This record gives sequence, structure tokens and C-alpha cells, in this order.
Amino acid sequence: MLLTLSDVEVAYGAVTALRGVSLQVAEGEIVTLLGANGAGKTTTLRTISGLLRPRSGEVHLDGRPLSSIPAHGLVGAGVSHVPEGRRVFPSMSVRENLLMGAYHDRRHARADLERVVALFPRLAERIGQAGGTLSGGEQQMLAIGRALMSRPRLILLDEPSMGLAPMIVQTIFQVIAEINREGVAVLLVEQNAASALRIAGRGYVLETGRVVLADTAAGLLADDRVRQAYLGEDVADGEDEPAPARGGAAAGPAHGTAIRADSA
Amino acid sequence: MGFLDQFWQLTIDGLMVGSLYAVIALGYTLVYGVLQLINFAHSEVFMLGSFGGLFAARGLLPDDGSVPGGLASVGLVAVGLGVGAICGGLAAFTLERVAYRPLRRRSAPRLAYLISAIGASLFAVNLAGKEFGRQNVDLPDLFHNGTVFSFFGADVSTQSLVIFAVAVAMLIGLDRLVAGTRLGQGIRAVAQDADTAVLMGVNVERIIIVTFVIGGLLAGAGGFLYAMTFNASYSMGFVPGVKAFTAAVLGGIGNVRGAMLGGLLLGLVESYGGYLFQASYKDVIAFLVLVAILMIRPSGLLGERLGRAA
Amino acid sequence: MSAPPAGQPGPGGQPGPGGAATVPLRTSGNPPGSVDASGSAGSSGSAGGPARPGWHPAVLFTPARLRQLGVLLLVGVLAAIVTGPTGNSDKPLQAAKDSIADVRIVLYLGLAVALWVVLVLGAELRGALERVSAPVRAPIGAAYGRRGGPIVLNLVLLAIAIVAPLVVSTAAQQSMVNDIGIYALLALGLNVVVGYAGLLDLGYIAFFAIGAYTTAYFTSQTAMPWHAPFVLNPFFVFPIALVLAALAGVILGAPTLRLRGDYLAIVTLGFGEIIHLVANNADNITNGARGAFGVPHLSIDLLGIDYKWGIDPLPYYYLLVVIVVGVMIAFGRLERSRIGRSWAAIREDEIAAEATGVATLRMKLLAFAIGASVSGFAGVLFASKQFFNPQSFSLQASFFVVAVVIFGGMGSRLGVVVGAVVLQGLAFYLRDKVPPADRYIYFGAVIVIMMIFRPQGLVPSRRRRREIQLAEEGIGAADSLGVAPTGGQQ
Repeated sequence: MLLTLSDVEVAYGAVTALRGVSLQVAEGEIVTLLGANGAGKTTTLRTISGLLRPRSGEVHLDGRPLSSIPAHGLVGAGVSHVPEGRRVFPSMSVRENLLMGAYHDRRHARADLERVVALFPRLAERIGQAGGTLSGGEQQMLAIGRALMSRPRLILLDEPSMGLAPMIVQTIFQVIAEINREGVAVLLVEQNAASALRIAGRGYVLETGRVVLADTAAGLLADDRVRQAYLGEDVADGEDEPAPARGGAAAGPAHGTAIRADSA
Repeated sequence: MGFLDQFWQLTIDGLMVGSLYAVIALGYTLVYGVLQLINFAHSEVFMLGSFGGLFAARGLLPDDGSVPGGLASVGLVAVGLGVGAICGGLAAFTLERVAYRPLRRRSAPRLAYLISAIGASLFAVNLAGKEFGRQNVDLPDLFHNGTVFSFFGADVSTQSLVIFAVAVAMLIGLDRLVAGTRLGQGIRAVAQDADTAVLMGVNVERIIIVTFVIGGLLAGAGGFLYAMTFNASYSMGFVPGVKAFTAAVLGGIGNVRGAMLGGLLLGLVESYGGYLFQASYKDVIAFLVLVAILMIRPSGLLGERLGRAA
Repeated sequence: MSAPPAGQPGPGGQPGPGGAATVPLRTSGNPPGSVDASGSAGSSGSAGGPARPGWHPAVLFTPARLRQLGVLLLVGVLAAIVTGPTGNSDKPLQAAKDSIADVRIVLYLGLAVALWVVLVLGAELRGALERVSAPVRAPIGAAYGRRGGPIVLNLVLLAIAIVAPLVVSTAAQQSMVNDIGIYALLALGLNVVVGYAGLLDLGYIAFFAIGAYTTAYFTSQTAMPWHAPFVLNPFFVFPIALVLAALAGVILGAPTLRLRGDYLAIVTLGFGEIIHLVANNADNITNGARGAFGVPHLSIDLLGIDYKWGIDPLPYYYLLVVIVVGVMIAFGRLERSRIGRSWAAIREDEIAAEATGVATLRMKLLAFAIGASVSGFAGVLFASKQFFNPQSFSLQASFFVVAVVIFGGMGSRLGVVVGAVVLQGLAFYLRDKVPPADRYIYFGAVIVIMMIFRPQGLVPSRRRRREIQLAEEGIGAADSLGVAPTGGQQ
């Protein structure tokens, strides 16, 4: 197994964000992580890439515990993280941003630069422009391209479609599928559950720091609870007004949970 | 003599002092760039480097009090610069480890850093005063006051030429380092977005300490150059420190080229102002410039480029 | 006592170890068991936590432990140099060499090793220490917890303050006025700026100078070349100095408070230096470096009361006690008022404060002006009490007030007064033992050590301690200087 999280708990001070998350990503697959705001999706990714340290539980990469690798050593171990909100270096040029992706190992930088630019022709046009002046979609392409520069085996994508026009979202998802075809495993965090499940093989649903559902993408797409909470479909069981209170765990997330804004 | 007669002399003096302010200012700007933090104790790094270089050079002077001149003097300057830089680098390293790192480890609030730096500064100044005495220490003019050439009636001495040349060489060297090397790439990445820099494989802790040390090397070498023209004393750091800080803000704090421009400009303003007003209030001019920039254009002349875009 | 801090919506009721909620436990005289349970999650500064279970001598020799020992030995060498002989510039390294070659080095290195052993065994010792100190701390804690308890405790402290000068030498009495009393007042004022508003003023002593020179201007025809055409009783100068200092604070603060907080620090630093420079150089206004001689003592002749303060320090001391207690009470009310709550809001989250209608800029300016006016007020007392020259208003004096506030505990009124007592007491104690200027080496070290190990100060304010703790966990802020610097959380 490429990546394994076993019973990971993460806290921000007194606030617990992850309460025992376990998940796995195998070589070469696309796994999506669904959940409402504050469910702990970003926290999960930040924990995998070492920006946060679990209070308990372990993260393993190729069976090796990640706690032995410092956060900045993770790129070298083959994990690339495209953070939420893209986070391109605003006053570096597109080229410099891409080269940052090859910071830990510059041997293949030149060849990889050409490969990435071929994947995103828009970046070629903007190669000398400052990262901060790009449009949102271009920044997302740049962030993904930058992550590819490190030749990852696993790429962590945090809401790549956030705030982008539908056309561009489509392009981004096509690119993700293409990256995956080249053998890179993808752990994809998305609000846009429909698109994510279309390209993913499997998925997990997080809710207030716990994995509440784990299934194949097809299974999740067919699941009433997922369709109701994350795909915005009315489920034909006569429940016009979703109850604001949460039912039992089996009853699944109601709308009230899905739209609850949490601070974590 | 009127201002116009003195204009070129004042310009040359101003540029020389300004180039030193620029060298010290780089330390403020680099650290500000990566930590968004004013390193209040940087002036003490400058002071310690200055003492180190000065004592090394004095130690090599012949006992009879004569000054070698010529190539031997160039050697002395090189030794002084080297030892000064090493002392400055060591001081900056120690400062970061003792006064800042423990606070960073527990992400202390900003106020704590300023206060810790003041404590470190107080400690260093007075310890230096105790160890090295509280009088001014100086170095004889190593170049026999030789005038290289005259420029519109202004004399340019070998010493000021050497100082200016070395300072400018350091400025260019640092600019190249930040713009064109992997280390510079790392520094800029941390300055713009430290979290993302980690994701790119940048060892932020190392970049921070290296940044402090680079600032210390420059301040130490600059300190020696400063002591060559003026003198060194335990309390020498404060005034050039505040001026260099002013220079950094003037150019746009966090911006390497801004610090250079700011330093040279401040040197000129102070040189002209000191002539036009009263020399003893020369130091006040820098403060007035600082307050004026903060009120009119707090992001500085060239903007805060190395740092976060804000 | 152990209630979780307000404003923590936390997704569950799970208490969890090492949270902010455990902090109040540690000082409230709880049974030792619970203290151990809370652990040292907040203070993860020490390398490698104390390994309690399965303790074995081998834990002494982990790399982290050995590194710790190395650091302590270096500190020991430094301490030997600091306390060693004074050098000069002809032989720059001689003094340090002599310090290290001296036998005293053995003492310092021994102390370093001893301290290391104490740290290593800290886990064992902490329990024992708590057990020993519990009987002492419990009644104090209980007294504080009970209604009216703080009042009783404060009355005891006040009684000590009243009796203390009667049992010490005249030199110590002088110091209790000039150093402790005046600095307690100064620290209370700076506490409004640093502790309440979360700003840093490094030129604080400049307002003190304004107060002192204002007094000289109005009360004496001879103290300075520049004087008022009439002579006022020093008591009438109090309001004038108050207003002038506050005005200077507003003029200085208004343009800079808009900017990042650390700029304020450096601008005030510059201001302090300018005032010092002017006082020192303007011979025909301030009498320059010679200082102002012959400012009359305080005197009162009103409603049949006719009293003159004189060279005897005791009357000044009691006047200062009255003023300090008055200011403490007044600032206590201020802290709990709407204004005090605004300051707290600004410290913890300036943007949220602004959004909820706190006029942040005005509130910061107010804190700055109040601090300045207290400093000006203290300046009048100082000028009437004794001769002064610009040396009294040096940069180091400003730093010293900052040190007092930090050491005592920013935001804590009792804390800053205790800070003044302890630090000035230390200064008094060191006065014959080391050259005066060398004392600042110790003060500098105290500031750094406090920031590393106890940023909340000796007698912390409960609220400030909680803020610092939370801010370090990434929740909210504890000052008004913007986001915390890069780093940590690796």
C-alpha cells in the first residue's frame, strides 16, 4: 500500500480536528475525500504532508512511518501536495514557480519544465509573468504543474476546483485523470463531489473528523446519503424537510450537517 | 563655503556612509523577509562584528604604531573584513538560537520576539562594554590619507574608495545570491509563503538560520568598514542600526534592492542635511525620514517585494 | 476553575490532554496528581519530554540530554564571563580568558551540571515539589478563590509595603522611592500600552522626561535657562504634565498606530532618542548634560494643611504608595470597563474587534495616551524629589521599564509592581557588587530568559496567560502586532 493512515488523531490546541481517521491509497489509483466544510479534509492532507503532526495514530508511506521524515523531506519521498487556495508564490514568475517544484532535486528540472508546459499550454504563454497576476484557473494549473515538477508518486490535491469557472474545472479534472494515467496516485479533496467521483476509483466521506463512509466511487454515487448531502439530490423517500438535527450515524448526514460551517 | 561648493564632497561622503547603511540594512530586510520580524538586535550583531574585525586588524599592526600602507594595508582590510564577518555571523547565529528559536518553537506571539530581542541587545551591548571597555576604539587610517583623485574639487581618499567598493561588491554579491542561486530560491520561497515552501521541500528552519547568518556576515563586515572610518564602541550599534532600519523601510522592507537604494539615499540625505542644519542633529534627520516614510509611503520606494505580497 | 476558555466552540466535549483548559489547574494548588496528568504540553521547549515510565539511568545519555548538558555548560561559561573581571580594549580577550581560567569556573560548571541533573530528574522532582509547596500554595489559592479573598491578600501586601521602609537603611529608603516607587508607577503606565493594548513603546521614558522638564520649567526660575515667567507649586504641574505627555503621545501615536505594530516600537525608540538628544544638547534650554538643579520639593498649603516634603525619603515614599495604589485601583476599573474589553478584543483579534464596532485606532491611541500621561505624572514626582539630568532618560531606562513589565507579568497590575520591586531590588543589591552599567547585562538576560521560559511573567494576569497559551496553539492572538512570525509547528 502506498499510503496508509491508521487511526490518526489531530488537534489544534484544545480543538480536535481528526478523531481517528484511517484510509489507504494504493499505487496508481485516484481516491477522493468528500465532506463538508470543517469535516477535516484539509487537515488530513496537511497531516499527510507533515505540516501537522498527529496526536496519535500513524501515517505510513510504503510501510515506512512518516513521523521519521521531516515535512520538507516529503517531496523527496514522492509526495506532492497542491494546497488549498493554490498558494503560488505571488512575486515569482511562472517559470520560477515551476522550478520551485524541482527544488529538492534539480536534475530533471529542464526536461520536466517542458513536459509540464506541454501539459498546460496556457502556462507557456505566461512563462515570464508573476504568479500573483495569473487568473484563478491559471494559478491552479501552475500549482498542479509545480507539484508535478517533483515527479511525485502520490499527489495530494486540495479542492482544485474551488472558485473556478465550470469550463476550467472540466479542464482541471481532465488533467488530473491524465496525470493519473501516467501512473501517479491521486488523493483528491473536493467539494465538487460529482466531478470527483466521476474520475475517482474509490472515495471516503469525512464528517467532523471521522470517516463515516468508505466505498468505491460507483458505490458512493449510488448511496442515498451521499447523493442527498453531497450531490444535492432529493432522495425519493418522502423527506421534504430534512431534519435539522443529526440522526444516528446510520441515518447519515442531513443537510444541517452538510452546510454547517465549522471553524476547523 | 556654500552648499554648492561642498556638494560633491558631501555626495561622496554620503554615498560612502550610505553604502554601509545599505549593507547593514540587508540584514534587517532579509530577516524581515523570511520571518516578518524586525530583528531589533541586529545592531548588536553589527557592533560585535565591528569589534571583531577591528581587534583582528589592530592585533596585526606593528607594535611601533606605524601603519604599513600599500598591499599590507589591503591585507589588513581583508583580515578585518573576514574576522568581522565571522564574528557577525556567529553573533547572528547565537542570537537566532537563543533569543528567537525557542519562541518560534512554540509559535509565541510577535510581541515576545521584540522583547526577547531587546533583552538580547541589552545583554550584548553591556557585556561588550564590560569586556572591551567603554571608550571608543579606533584604527589608524590604513592608507595614509592618500587621495586617489579629485572629483569636481572633492577629494576621494583611498580609504573611502575601498569602503565604497567593498560595500558595493557585497551588495551585488547578495543580490546575485538571492536572485540566482538555489539558496536564494529557498529564501524567496520562505519569504513569500513559508508553508508552501515546506511542501516544495524547502527546509524552513535551515533557511531561517542561514538568513540570519548571511545578515550577520554582512553586518559584521560592514561593521569593520564602519569602524575603519569612524570608530567602534560598545554602544555604537544603536544609531547606525536605526539608520539602517530606516534605509530598509525607505526602500521597502523585505526588498533587497530596496534596502540598497534606501541606504544610499539615506546616506545622501543625511550628508546634505547635516551640512545644511547642524551636525549634532544629524541623527535626528534619519528619524524624521523614518517617520515621514511611515506616514507617506509605508511600503517604501520599491515596495515590499521579497516578502508577502500585501 | 478548569472550565474551558470561552469562545471555544470545539466540536465535542472531549477535554483532551494538553489543552488550554489544563492551564488554570497548574497554579491553583490542585492535588499533585492532576498536575502531572496535565503534563507539560504547553511548554514543549525542553528537549525531549521527561520519560517517566521505565526510568533508567541510560536516559541521561540520549543525544538530546547531552545537548542540553552542553548548552548548560556553555551558559555556565557565559555566566563566569559575565560575573568575571572587567576588560579593556587593549587586550580585548583578556577579561574573558581570566574569567575562564579562574577557579570560579568550577563553581559555574558545577551549577550547570547540577541544574542539568535537576532538569533530567524534573519529572520525579516536580511531583515532590508540588507536594511540598501545596500546603503553602493551597491557602493562598483558596484565599484568592474565596469571595473577598483577594482584598485580604492585597491588604496584607499593602501592610508590608507600609512597614517595609521602616526596617531598612536610608539608602534603601531612597531606592524605594527613586527606583521602586517611581518605576512601579512607570510600569503601571506602560502596562496599559503593553499589557492592555498589546503594543510596544520603546521610548516610554521620553514622556517621563517631558514631565520632569515641565516641572523644572514651571516651578523654578533657576533650574533651567528656559523657564516660565511665573512660579507654580509642583502640585499644579501634575495636570499640566499629564496633558502635555498625553498630547505628545497622541502626536507620536496617531501617524504610527495605523501601521504595523512593530513600526510603532521603532518610531517610539527614535522619539525617545530624540528627546534624550535634545535634552542633552540644548544647553540654553534644558541646561544640557549638567541637568536641572533646584526644582523645589512638593509642598502643600491648602485648607489649613501646610506640609512640605523634603530630603527625607519617607514622606515621598508614602505619597507614592498612595498614588500607586490609587492608580492600581483606577486601572483595575478601567480594565473591566468597556474600554478594557475593547483592548482585550483588539489583542485577541483585531479584525474581529474592528468588525464588531470597536474603534481600534482610537482605542490604541487612548492606551498610548494614558500610558504617556502616567509617565509624565511620574516625571513630576521624580523632578520634585531629586536632581535629574538627561542620563535619567536614556534608552536603557526605557528598556528597563519594559523589563519590569515583562518580568512582573504584562497585563497584571500587581505583577508589574512586583516586577519593579524585584528588579529594582536586584539593582539595589548589585549596586556595590558590580559597576552600575553592568547591571544591564543581568537585566537583558532576565528579559530573554523570561521570554523563553515564562512569557506570562512572574505574577501573570490570568487572561493574558490564557491568551498567550491559545495564541501559541494557533488560536487568536495575544498582541496587536499582526500575525506571528514564520516557523514552529514543524
